[in-house]
Amino acid sequence: MGTTTVEANNLGKRFKDTAALEGFDLTAEAGTVLGLLGPNGAGKTTTVRILTTLLRFDTGSAAVAGFDVARDARQVRRRIGLTGQQTAVDDLLTARQNLVLFGKLFRLNKTRAGERADQLLAQFGLADAADRQAKGFSGGMKRRLDLAASMILAPQVLFLDEPTTGLDPAGRREVWDAVEGLAADGTTVVLTTHYLDEADRLCDRIAVIDHGRNLVDDTPAGLKRRIGADRLEIVAADPSDLPVLEGIIAAVADGDTAVDEGASSVSGPVKEPVAALTAAATSVRDKRLTVADIGLRRPTLDEAFLELIGTTAKEDQQ
Amino acid sequence: MTTLAPLPDETLAGRLKWTLHDYRAIVGQEFTHLWRQPVNFAWGLGFPIVMVLLFVYVFGSAMDVTGQGAGVDYVAYAMPGMFAMTMAFGFTNTAWAVADAKEKGFIDRVRSMPMASSAVVVGRNIADTIHAAVDLLVLFLIALVIGWRSDGTFWETLGAFAILLWLRFALIWVGVWLGLLVKSVEQAGNLFAIAFPFGMVSSVFTPPELMPGWLGAIAAWNPVSATATAIRELFGNPSAVGDSWPEQHALTAAIVWPVIITLIFLPLAVRKFQNLGR
Repeated sequence: MGTTTVEANNLGKRFKDTAALEGFDLTAEAGTVLGLLGPNGAGKTTTVRILTTLLRFDTGSAAVAGFDVARDARQVRRRIGLTGQQTAVDDLLTARQNLVLFGKLFRLNKTRAGERADQLLAQFGLADAADRQAKGFSGGMKRRLDLAASMILAPQVLFLDEPTTGLDPAGRREVWDAVEGLAADGTTVVLTTHYLDEADRLCDRIAVIDHGRNLVDDTPAGLKRRIGADRLEIVAADPSDLPVLEGIIAAVADGDTAVDEGASSVSGPVKEPVAALTAAATSVRDKRLTVADIGLRRPTLDEAFLELIGTTAKEDQQ
Repeated sequence: MTTLAPLPDETLAGRLKWTLHDYRAIVGQEFTHLWRQPVNFAWGLGFPIVMVLLFVYVFGSAMDVTGQGAGVDYVAYAMPGMFAMTMAFGFTNTAWAVADAKEKGFIDRVRSMPMASSAVVVGRNIADTIHAAVDLLVLFLIALVIGWRSDGTFWETLGAFAILLWLRFALIWVGVWLGLLVKSVEQAGNLFAIAFPFGMVSSVFTPPELMPGWLGAIAAWNPVSATATAIRELFGNPSAVGDSWPEQHALTAAIVWPVIITLIFLPLAVRKFQNLGR
């Protein structure tokens, strides 16, 4: 820990008239998962393509696994793995044939490529499907095969561009487990995603990017803290109880309460969440009320994200 | 964490060795495809076979290419044309395969790996040339079945096949360039609209002399015509040549045209490939 394996400073990249990246900075420590979040067209994929030596950049500098991306591309390529937005496996080959092919292209000899393929098939739960053609695989299986292919040389840094887009919940979980396993083994993971629950679960740090610029770089918890406190929420069993419930929340809240008539719920921000929850629950019992639900609601990354993007959108309009 | 260091390839000889190794891996991948999808291979040949049957049995009876009456010797005239046309259309397969590899992210993956990036293009070329040789062999057998014969010597016949593959080889660079140029696999499918006139406005099925003057001139200078006429001479099959230079010097033209095509499109394909990183 503590070694920087990805470092980009002041990156700039233009496509014809549009600036894809402008003065963009990014750092990731060894063995951590860095999430790159931002709306479509923000520059996430451009960043990944630059760091994986696929795209030249105009200004700034970038180093991955200790080597300069522009000058030592070959050295960088030996130490990274890439899983792009599309699953770049050969549909006509079997899972094992795919991994052996990529093993050979990573310049392992035939025996080593075969051994490594079998190891990875077992590690990614594909041993039973090893001799089936990839075209019959589910989305989750294909993604895992794709991940396995980018793991052949046990890379120091793994880049994943929207690894779970289009997957069902089971498929996403399979990919998450694989990513967590890799990070635990010391691989630095840089992933882009639109799913905030994914970033929340996997990432040690999150860099939010918009219009090719850094917006925020923080931990998931820090990012959530930026938009304020936990909220205490009570859902009424009988909507006519709402005014009474609002009184209960107001007594423990640290700010304005909000009533959502449609959801029959009332909520308010709280500073001491556990004490507030206990106090409110006691009042509900003392007044002999029946409620559908009572609980603490933490701000989601979605809310943090929308608030951040909303801020820049307003700045754009001005 | 198991670290599998790639084998060193820092010396020039080492680099060359590994580059060849990469080519072999990509060619091997192409052959696994053929093996896995014999149906695709059969469909690929379906088109020239249907064309043979159409032209020989449906239109052929009305064709008088040798001046000895309709239908006479038409199989002998059309079959070499069919060989040449199959080679000419081949570049669309190359373009399709390259566009598919690009769209699926396969090319990006390969470019992010510590391998020779030229392997995608060169491996494709080697595999397609071998594939074309197999195509030719199958067509050759079909031609024998429907009564076509080569009257040339063994070496002339072999030379004719070499000239056919020479054209196909040159057109692969066109296919690679177009495959990298198009935005999607669907667009690559539309390339047939270019391939069709390129293959047909030639001496493949009809002598250019029988076409309207301007079209005849284009057909006479078409590289496909040069190849078709040259192999007719080598096979000893009937031919109907006009006065234009490429028709009078078909063998030379059939050798020189692919050189010109390669000189133009090989650099274009390589530059397009390098510019993927722009």
